[in-house]
This record gives sequence, C-alpha cells and structure tokens, in this order.
Amino acid sequence: MSSVADLSTRLEKLVGGDRVRASESSLRDFAIGGRTPMAVLQPRSAEEAAEIVSFAAAEKLAVVACGSRSKLELGMPPQRYDLALGMTDLRRIAHYDPGDLTVSVDAGLPLHELARVLAEKNQFLPLAVPCSATSTVGGAIASGIDSALRRQYGTPRDFLIGAEFVDGTGKHCKSGGRVVKNVTGYDLHKLLIGSLGTLGVITRLNFRTFPLPELRRSYLASFPTLEAALNFHAALFNSGLPFSNLELFDPEFGALLAAFFDKDGGIVPESHAAGEWHVFASFEGNAAVIGRIQRELRERSDQPQPSRSETLDEQSSQQMSGALREAFDWLRSAAPSAALLRIVLPQFAAGDLTELLRLSQKLPLHSAFTLRACNIAYLALLADNEDAQTNAALERLVSELFSRVEAKKGSATLLHAPLWLKNRISLWGTRRGDFALMQRVKQAFDPHNIFAPGRFVGGI
Amino acid sequence: MDPALIRELKSLLGPTNVLSQKEDLLLYEFDGSVEKARPEVVVFPHTTDDVSRIVKLAAKYQVPVVGRGAGTGLSGGALARGGGVMIVFARMNRILDLDLENRRAVVQPGVVNLDITRAVEHAGLYFAPDPSSQKSCTIGGNVAENSGGPHTLAYGLTTNHVAALELVLPDGEIVRVGSRHGDAPGYDLCGSFVGSEGTLALVTEITVKLSRKAEAVKTLLAIFDEVGDASRTVVEMTASGITPSACEMLDGWTLRAVEDYIHAGFPRDSAAVLLIEVEGLREAAESQAAAIAEICKANRAREVRTARDDRERELLWKGRRNAFGALGRLAPSNYVLDGVIPRSKLPEALEQIHAIGKKYGFQIGNIFHAGDGNLHPIVLYDPRDTEQFKRAIAAAQEIIRMCVSLGGALTGEHGVGMEKNELMPLLFTDADFDLMRRIHDAFNPDSSLNPGKIFPLSKGCGEIRVRKTGQAAGVRP
Repeated sequence: MSSVADLSTRLEKLVGGDRVRASESSLRDFAIGGRTPMAVLQPRSAEEAAEIVSFAAAEKLAVVACGSRSKLELGMPPQRYDLALGMTDLRRIAHYDPGDLTVSVDAGLPLHELARVLAEKNQFLPLAVPCSATSTVGGAIASGIDSALRRQYGTPRDFLIGAEFVDGTGKHCKSGGRVVKNVTGYDLHKLLIGSLGTLGVITRLNFRTFPLPELRRSYLASFPTLEAALNFHAALFNSGLPFSNLELFDPEFGALLAAFFDKDGGIVPESHAAGEWHVFASFEGNAAVIGRIQRELRERSDQPQPSRSETLDEQSSQQMSGALREAFDWLRSAAPSAALLRIVLPQFAAGDLTELLRLSQKLPLHSAFTLRACNIAYLALLADNEDAQTNAALERLVSELFSRVEAKKGSATLLHAPLWLKNRISLWGTRRGDFALMQRVKQAFDPHNIFAPGRFVGGI
Repeated sequence: MDPALIRELKSLLGPTNVLSQKEDLLLYEFDGSVEKARPEVVVFPHTTDDVSRIVKLAAKYQVPVVGRGAGTGLSGGALARGGGVMIVFARMNRILDLDLENRRAVVQPGVVNLDITRAVEHAGLYFAPDPSSQKSCTIGGNVAENSGGPHTLAYGLTTNHVAALELVLPDGEIVRVGSRHGDAPGYDLCGSFVGSEGTLALVTEITVKLSRKAEAVKTLLAIFDEVGDASRTVVEMTASGITPSACEMLDGWTLRAVEDYIHAGFPRDSAAVLLIEVEGLREAAESQAAAIAEICKANRAREVRTARDDRERELLWKGRRNAFGALGRLAPSNYVLDGVIPRSKLPEALEQIHAIGKKYGFQIGNIFHAGDGNLHPIVLYDPRDTEQFKRAIAAAQEIIRMCVSLGGALTGEHGVGMEKNELMPLLFTDADFDLMRRIHDAFNPDSSLNPGKIFPLSKGCGEIRVRKTGQAAGVRP
C-alpha cells in the first residue's frame, strides 16, 4: 500500500493538483462517523469521476461520493474510507425541455438552483427533502430520504426517468432515458435510489417535472387527544380530497416545530396550541379547487370537533410545509443525544400508537412523533444527557421499538443515532429474506467492493 | 427433448397440466408480435411450489424455461426462443387477498388485469394500469413487461402500482421482494424485477396497489382536419402544464377503419381525433376540460365534443381499445410498433413516419398515446409475401431509429423481447451492456430463463451458445 503522500502525488497526476485536497481541515469536512478519508477529490466531469473510480478499483481504495454532505450520516460509517469524491463541481443542467416536462441535471447541482430554473418555466421537481438549503440532486436520490410531497407526487421511483453513473469498474453507464415513458432495458436507476452510494457514483439524473400549482393552502387543526386527532386524520384520508401532505403530530413535535419557527423567523400558526395534537393538511390547485376543499373542511362535523382550526394562507402554508419538510434535520439535533426512527406500519391504530408512545416517554427519555401520509412515521427519542444509565435506556427502547414494529408486520429504520448506538444495533432491523439478492446486486455493480463498503443494509 | 423430462413433468403436475403434442404446442408458438418460436413442452402450474419444482426439473435436464401469461405481448417476450419448457400461468389465476382499507390486492400471476378492477370497484377502487388488452392480458405478463396503457400518462406504468413480488429464481429458490406497505429497507429489488421481461426470475405472486376512482371524469373528443393541428395541440397542452389522465390520437386512416367496425362516433371525414380524458375533483376536471377545449380550438379543431354520459364515454373508449382489431379487417396481418419520443417532437415524428411509409410503400396508421409521446405506428402487411414482410420490418426499424434520433427510446410499454434486442445498441454502450449482463447473470447465470431476449445476439454484444439438448438451441442473451 502506498503512503498517503505518494497517493496524493499519483492522484494529482491523475486529475490535476487543484482537484485534490489533503489538508487536515478538508479531510475533517468529509469525515463520516469519525472516519476521515486520505484525500478529497473534486472531479470536474463524469469522465474524470470515472477515471478516479478506475484508479480506485485498481488500487482497491474505498470511495464515498458526496454532495453537500448533509446526510452522510445515514447508514453505517463506511468500514473503509480512502477517497471522498466531492461531486459539487458537476452542476450543469444538461438538458431541459420545458415543453416535454423533462430535465436532465448533473448530480452535484443544488436542488434549490434546479428549483429556481424550473420555476422560470412555472415548473418544479416534487423532491421536498430536508436540508433543502444545501442538498444536491444526487445526494437527495442516493440518500433515499422521504419527500414531504410523496402523498401526491410519489417517490423518486415515480419521476426519476433515467440516470448516468460510474459503476465499480470505473465504467460510465446509463439506465432509462429522457422520455417520460420507457421500458427499454433493466430499470437500474431505480436501484440507485436510497443506495447510499454503495452501487455507483451518480453523475447525472433525468426527471420528469411538474407544473407549479397555481395556489397552495393548508389547514391546521388541534385536538386534545391522540384518538381524536387520529380519527380526523383518517377521515381526511378517506375523504377523497387530494391533499399533498397529511400529517399528524404530537405535542412535543409541535413544541419543537414552534421552536424551529422562532429560530427560523417563521410565524407559528394561531391554531397551534401547546400540549395538543395536530393534524396538518396541505392542498393545491386553482381557486375553484381550493375553494371546494376549504368549504368541505369548514363544514366537516367530525366528533369530537378540533379545539381550534385554521386555514393557512399561501405564505403560512409554505412555511409550515417547509418546516415539516425539514423535520428530519431539526429532530436529529433536538437534544444532546437523539435517535430518529422511521417507522412504517400497515396501519397506525390508536391502540398500537398509544403503546409505542407510552414506551417512548419513559424517563429519562422523551420523544417527538409525527405520522406522515403513506403510513410513514418519524419518532425521535430524545435524551438530555449521555450518561450510562440514559444510554442504556435509549438502547433498550430502540431495540424494543424495532421488535414491536416488526411484530406488527411493519419495518423500522434508524435514520440518526449516536455512533455507539449504531455500532450496537442493526439500523434496518431484522435481515430480510431477500438480502442475498441484494448482495448479488451489489456484486454486479461494484465487484471490487469499493463504494462505501459496509454503509448499507446488512453490511453491504 | 428428453422424454424423461416430459414423464417427470406429468408425474409432478398430472397429465392434464402438461402439453407435449405438436398440435397442442402450435398454439404457443405465437404471441401478439410478428415473431414465432415453439416450446417443446407447455406446463400449467397451480402453485408457487409447482413452479419451483418445474424450474428445478428443467435445470436438471438443462433446458430453458419461459413464463407466459395470456400471450398478448407484442415483442415476443413470452415466446420460447430457446425451445424448452413454457410455463403458462393461466391456472394460477386466483385473487389471494383483498385489503380494501389499505388499498392492496395480492394476486397470482394468471389473474386477468381487468379482473382486479372488477373485484374491487364496488369499493370505489381500481387497478390503474390499463393495457388495451386488459380484458385478456394477465398481471404476471404486465409485471414482466412493465405494461402501460392510455392512463399511464397520469398514473404511471405497472411498476408504479406494484408493492411486492414473490419470485422463483432459476435454481428454484422462492424469494419475496418489496413490501406490502411502505418501502422495504434496502435496494429497490421489486422495482428492478418489474419490466425485466422474465429474464431474471419468474413471478408467482404480486401485491398490487389499488387506486381510488376519481370523483369526476370528463372525456373529450377533439376533431381535426389536419394531423399537424392535432399533434401541435398535444405539444401545447403538455407545455401548458395540463396533465390529462389520457390523451390518445387516432389518425384519419385508422379512425375510419375503427368507425366502420365499432361505430364509436369518430367522424369519418376528419384527418385526426384526440381522445382526451381528465379526472379529479369536479372543479379540477371542469376547469381542465375547459382549458383543453380552448387549446384544441386555438389549434383549429373543427369541433370538440364532450361525452355526455358513461355510455358515450364507453363507446369512445371502445373505439380506441378495439382499434387494432378493426385494422385486422384490412390486411392479413398488422405490425404494431412501439416507440417513444419527447412530446415536444410529436409533429416532426408524425411527418417522418409518413415519409418512411411512403419510402417503403406502406400506408402506416397511427393510433397512440400522444400525451406521453408513445407512438404506435401500424404497418399492415401480408406475412405470406416474404418480400413485403421484409419491407415491413425495414420500415419498422427505420421508425424506431427515428425515435432514438429525436431523443426517444426503443419501447414505451411493449418491451424489447426478441423484437428489438438487435436495436439495443442504438441506445446502450458496451459499458451499459456489461453492467446489464452482470445483473442478468447475478440472477440467471446460465441464461436458462427466457434466453434470447433483451440483449443483442449479434457480434460484439453477445455470444450464441448452443446447448447439447437436441433442437433446444439455448440462445444466450
């Protein structure tokens, strides 16, 4: 194995001195779970990224592709980490056909820049993911993090129409295309979604875009009990009204949300009441559609009635939607020690939920909970200190939650946790029957196991 | 084929579930495509275990296996190109579970597409993918080909409506991928098996997502005197951000054939019609329909009719769905192509198709999913006339090349199969093929499942390996 200095020299020869960084501070910037790379490389093009990967494959160097690094903590820290690939200089919009509602962009392009360009043509990409101030398009796809607009627009699986990437042999490959309907060849780009960089270095992504809605409004109602809020949430779900998001959150989540508004300069909606449960429903469309939904919400005669409710205007709706979109980010930093679970259950019945939440509020821990549309919930377990007793309680609780969720035929993922806890627990719960197939997929994409080894499910 | 294999299959499944006489096999050498290939034995499993055992037997005798639903496919996906065993799923046709509250149905692969909707429509639900053959095609075939249909425009292909699969791998192993609710942790295996055209695994159980019927549906028929006006209408409608749930075009030549047969109410003297549907809340459907009518008129539509009731709506759709059957009256055979282009290129593409038809001496009809740029040019020909058949194939290839040159793709919903595998290099490089082949080999290392599909067999892109088992020339993809 060559020395670090020798490696840097060879890398500089490969991509040019200005593309290689090895100073302590830049290495620290790319650390994952306390592990730092030997060098940070900043390719200027997909070809250059492919050259670096070829080099890494030949030298058996482990590579982690990075965007804005806002979600690098997802999954396990890589078992080996030699080179960080900073993709943020690949930021062109390669092709935009507004008339076809398709766009093709480099992986390192920040989502907000893409949003700005699309907005000029009155279009947008419904990828409402956390850390939106910095997130890159490639990172948003590789992280697989939920979009808050999933209920209406689906997941990237539904609007990612093609991708280009470097595979583990250093070859630049593609899958899909630039048209909205296409079944030519295997849908390999779907495998990249949520793969945490373990299959390839994404260089370009093709999406179908959507027209920006004319108007956006939302509705916030508060309830004294979980049961009342859950009934209301279910009633709205079954109403057939096209809500773009439908979310139910507990008093603690509401308090953290209010704190986020305080810090971020937003205005806490009037109907937000401390100590209460809330249901938030957002909707969009033209004036006639908005009018109809507002009327139906006003005229609902659910029992029990919400203790307070309010229709939010365009600006407040956007603020609330933005705050909820960012929940992953503010929940993980809401306490000195936090574990954030993403839970999917076939059904969130009041009894099950009460039980889960009662468990989660055992001292010395407290928790914040939100149930988003599509049966996805986020549960943050928060601890105010990291002493042995608290840590032990946190670990016990996380294990308990995993087994309860799995017993109810659901699944859980630990999105955020202190490193010591990650090292003691499987972040994805019990290994599934299709794990061997996933290993085959990994082997096919990355035969030398150089992409973020050990970061993914089951140590892939 | 080794008679011992047939004996073993009969003892496994019972003699009524095995066909091996030539006259019985003839029926299975065709599908909806222009291709032809005969299996050596056809079997009808009833359970997943049956499928697993059949696959193991085939492996023991080293013969290939191909799965088949109703055989309505249009790219030769369900043809036994390498001979061997054909597994027909027609008798695995039970709906296993309906979970209306969570909008899921668990079905066997032989369930007919429309039967899922029929089983749940009383609850206001339906299964969204709606291929024109939905009265006969099976969900297993839909999954293999990632089938589309007119309403794909708003609701996506089959893949967008499949939550989980049970698979049988070529070694007989039974595995489940995906998750009934929410997303399964790990790679999206379910998403990559859908549309793999039976080349990675056999699907033995499918969990589908059910959709809720829209509150309001409006169906418009826009009538044009010029084809160009109709295609420009589609371009403008797309660009203005209106997404109808369906937007179909029929050109004058095809609509006359349809009208003679179905009497759907398409005006025989027009150059093209657009059949456009919008769905959603009443208010949304109404305003969208009004906006669409305006765009049609601005593009010189002679008339825009709105279906007054379900009966009128059904009649219009009947005309569309039975169009290919109607064209069957005009010539001994027709070749339905399937290509995709960016929607902004629609007028140009239609002009080029017309020119290509002229060059090869065919009147090429167009009846297609205009809203998502999915073209279905139809070449009428007589298969007994070899020279004409060759010209039909040449015209078809030129049209597909044109689609690619406009930034499009080889197939929007029919699949690659053995129809377009040789055209794949138009889109994919050696590096792309290398990776696709590694994925293929990861699941189907001996090419025993559906050989000779998707991958080109010609020089540089694949090798042809002939097996030792007599006429069953195993063709490596």
